[in-house]
Amino acid sequence: MDILGLSAVELGKKIKAKEISVTDATKAVLAQTASVEPHINSYVTIDEKGALAQAEEIQKKIDNGELVGPLAGVPAAVKDNMCIKGQLTTCGSKILSNFKPTYTAEAVLNLQKAGAVLIGKTNMDEFAMGSTTETSYYGPTMNPHNMRHVPGGSSGGSCAAVAAQECYYSLGSDTGGSIRQPSSFCGVVGMKPTYGTVSRYGLVAYGSSLDQIGPVTKNVTDCAAVLQTIASYDSKDSTSVKREDYDFMRALTEDVRGLRIGIPKDYFTEGLDREVADAIYAAAKVLKEQGAVVETFDLSLVQYAIPAYYVIASAEASSNLERFDGVKYGYRTAEYEGLHNMYKKTRSEGFGAEVKRRIMLGSFVLSSGYYDAYYLKALRTKALIKAAFDKAFESYDIILAPAAPTTAPELGKSLSDPMKMYLSDIYTVSVNLAGLPGISIPVGRAKNGLPIGMQMIGNSFQEKTLLRAAYTYECATGGCYEQPAHIPAADLAGKEA
Amino acid sequence: MAKQYETVIGLEVHIELATKTKIFCGCSTEFGGAPNTHTCPVCTGMPGSLPVLNKQVVDYALAIGLATNCQITQVCKFDRKNYFYPDNPQNYQISQLYLPIARNGWVEIETNGGKKKVRIHEMHMEEDAGKLVHDEWDDTSLVDYNRSGVPLVEIVSEPDMRSAEEVIAYLEKLRMIVQYLGASDCKLQEGSMRADVNLSVREVGSDTFGTRTEMKNLNSFKAITHAIEGERERQIELLEEGKAVVQETRRWDDNKEHSYAMRSKEDAKDYRYFPEPDLVPIVISDEWITRIKSQQPEFRTEKLERYKREFDIPEYDAGLLTESKKMADLFEATTAICKKPKKVSNWLMVETMRLLKDNNMEPEDLRFSPENLAKLIDMADAGTINSSVAKEVFEQIFLNDTDPLVYVEEHGLKTVNDEGALKETLEKVIAANPQAVADYRGGKEKALGALVGQTMKAMKGKANPGMVNEMLKEMLKD
Repeated sequence: MDILGLSAVELGKKIKAKEISVTDATKAVLAQTASVEPHINSYVTIDEKGALAQAEEIQKKIDNGELVGPLAGVPAAVKDNMCIKGQLTTCGSKILSNFKPTYTAEAVLNLQKAGAVLIGKTNMDEFAMGSTTETSYYGPTMNPHNMRHVPGGSSGGSCAAVAAQECYYSLGSDTGGSIRQPSSFCGVVGMKPTYGTVSRYGLVAYGSSLDQIGPVTKNVTDCAAVLQTIASYDSKDSTSVKREDYDFMRALTEDVRGLRIGIPKDYFTEGLDREVADAIYAAAKVLKEQGAVVETFDLSLVQYAIPAYYVIASAEASSNLERFDGVKYGYRTAEYEGLHNMYKKTRSEGFGAEVKRRIMLGSFVLSSGYYDAYYLKALRTKALIKAAFDKAFESYDIILAPAAPTTAPELGKSLSDPMKMYLSDIYTVSVNLAGLPGISIPVGRAKNGLPIGMQMIGNSFQEKTLLRAAYTYECATGGCYEQPAHIPAADLAGKEA
Repeated sequence: MAKQYETVIGLEVHIELATKTKIFCGCSTEFGGAPNTHTCPVCTGMPGSLPVLNKQVVDYALAIGLATNCQITQVCKFDRKNYFYPDNPQNYQISQLYLPIARNGWVEIETNGGKKKVRIHEMHMEEDAGKLVHDEWDDTSLVDYNRSGVPLVEIVSEPDMRSAEEVIAYLEKLRMIVQYLGASDCKLQEGSMRADVNLSVREVGSDTFGTRTEMKNLNSFKAITHAIEGERERQIELLEEGKAVVQETRRWDDNKEHSYAMRSKEDAKDYRYFPEPDLVPIVISDEWITRIKSQQPEFRTEKLERYKREFDIPEYDAGLLTESKKMADLFEATTAICKKPKKVSNWLMVETMRLLKDNNMEPEDLRFSPENLAKLIDMADAGTINSSVAKEVFEQIFLNDTDPLVYVEEHGLKTVNDEGALKETLEKVIAANPQAVADYRGGKEKALGALVGQTMKAMKGKANPGMVNEMLKEMLKD
């Protein structure tokens, strides 16, 4: 049996039916990581011993009926910015290269309660700052579909790991597109839920008002199952929202009749790759054939999203990252004279270039004399963008958009021009600014063989609408319960050589 | 003629709130405790931890804001104040800048110069920092985060005070209000109330302010008074010499009774304040305000009037008793048991005050129970013990909350009311003091006192002085 080819929910069923043991599934995944990791580098840490121990324990709980959920016994991975008690949590940074948290993030606890076998922690852009997973202190992650290309970022490790079958699903975090963009580059399904749906407790903050944890999966069913597992009201997170509808798997019906879908004309302008645009129009046509009403419209304010996002996210990051100072945990410079010299050297040595760039940008926009001109203006822009979406959702249930202007760029091409890299976030950041849910699903491949993703944006708390549309698309294109195309381990190794 | 100068003073007062748990986590606020035992991921700034507001902090802040006649900001927010220092685990303090919970209030103070309103600019909620411990032998510093996250309010006054006397009156007024509300014990020595003094001087008649300095580390009313006087003189001296006052922060050294510059305005930090994204705005409804208002206790003025009316206590006494909530509470509780308001008032105003002073304590430090004081009063009233024994026993109650019944029994301090035994002693005293007896009989009333004293001494203080007096007079009749 092709154990690795199964989706998370399929594996869960087979485990329950005793066709596959949790240990066998875990061993298969660990074997895959052993052969793939030298080429892909999805993980910062692989906890082989711990995973096997968890597998045994979870098998017992499944056998005695304690664990009955769809994901019980299914191996998963977690982005390295979520705390797991006693396990290295680096955020892709040197400054946390020795940091082991004293507690576990709420979303991860939810996975553990559901019987997830946690394989390890996935690679990421340092502190989730980047769109390529090249800013990690632990080296770049490669795109499993073509190893000369990046997997996207910042959740590049989580997306590459799912695509390369190094786990059945993973958790990513999305501050400005960090789940949706790498999902589109790696040909997997990734969702950023409505702000407040998944607890941020234990997620090392980048932009607190924008950060949200979400699932990265092989298909839409898995996406619903994982979201259902990790979403919860958490009194430890003041921005957590108590919702009525945590039963996301119930949204998996093949029906988009009458669903109103809007395509913002202002997203399909110059800068958007022709092949990407065509793939999305083709996908829109599929949904139309299934009974959805598809129209184009003007969303407006699109050009202001990037500056507003980088001002707000960097401002929050500049403050959030102050705690990494060499005093309490993490890296401390070897030699120093006095407190301030220790701070300076620790942070200069501990942070990479992109993180420093954003700390400086964020500190600048919060400085006295600039606060009104930059930070306040960005907050006002954020409110206007939210209003533009509110208006759009009066007419539409779903907004269709690209997840990125192109397919995955080649390694080393993006960081040389940070402005260009920032601009490539154009389709994703406004969703975070407005706190909305967004999903990216694979809708084909470009001529270069790299996957193309389509983003669907919903109104606040309308994840079910997104899941229903995504599920309908998947079924209509024959993708139901079919994981997106990926390259098996043997081929990967061969190509690299 | 020498120029006349006026001192202009505004205060920033930090008050530690009496919540059981910290402002943004469930850790205990209890004073003391081994270092870093009252801590968790939140108050030690662990990555990924998030603050959750303790609603009791808002209740207390609201109560103080309402009691100081402030306008309540019904949608208020927290902001981050960014600065690097190891006592601050996140390197930012969660405070309020843009929308503090209360603004534009006032309190009335009374000094020898009469009554006056001191305006309050604003009051905000914030978290306290940890404590640094410097190990000089090892040349290292250690951090204790037990205090990190203890809730504070900061009350910022307008520059309305003109003398140390007014400053002390203002602080005493604030302290009394806050103590009456039960929102804090306001102990300067322990740091649960801290005042920073902003001071400038100007020529009398000038309507512009001079350059001000800010003084920190003032741990007692005495230090505040001395620091104000010293700083006023320092600034006047500078101006008289034609020099300028530099805007700076100065630190008071209590041992040297002198302040020295900590940092000037040029070194002033840019705190890069911005709204705290991890906390949602606090919406204070009309109902919330009404609830807090309805829970406001009886304040001093009302209490004072009631004492005069209900217990027939003189104005002066009622004033003393209500000066501290603790004292007033003790008075009412004890009176409720023994029903002798005047006697209770006497014990509190005379012996209690004396012992407080002797032991260098504040009324808030009082630990004895009203039951024991009531018992003592009843015993003295019944003549079970005489007044000098009662004072001795009260000292035990004051220090150890001793049960007076047990103490008197164990130490055999009961008044001897046995006429036979007393008569025997009196006869001996009369026989041993012929001169005093002769003096008394010769018309020197005072001589009787000496005989009473001798008798009490012989009876080891246990005699009933009234009885001694009467019997002596009787026996000395010709």
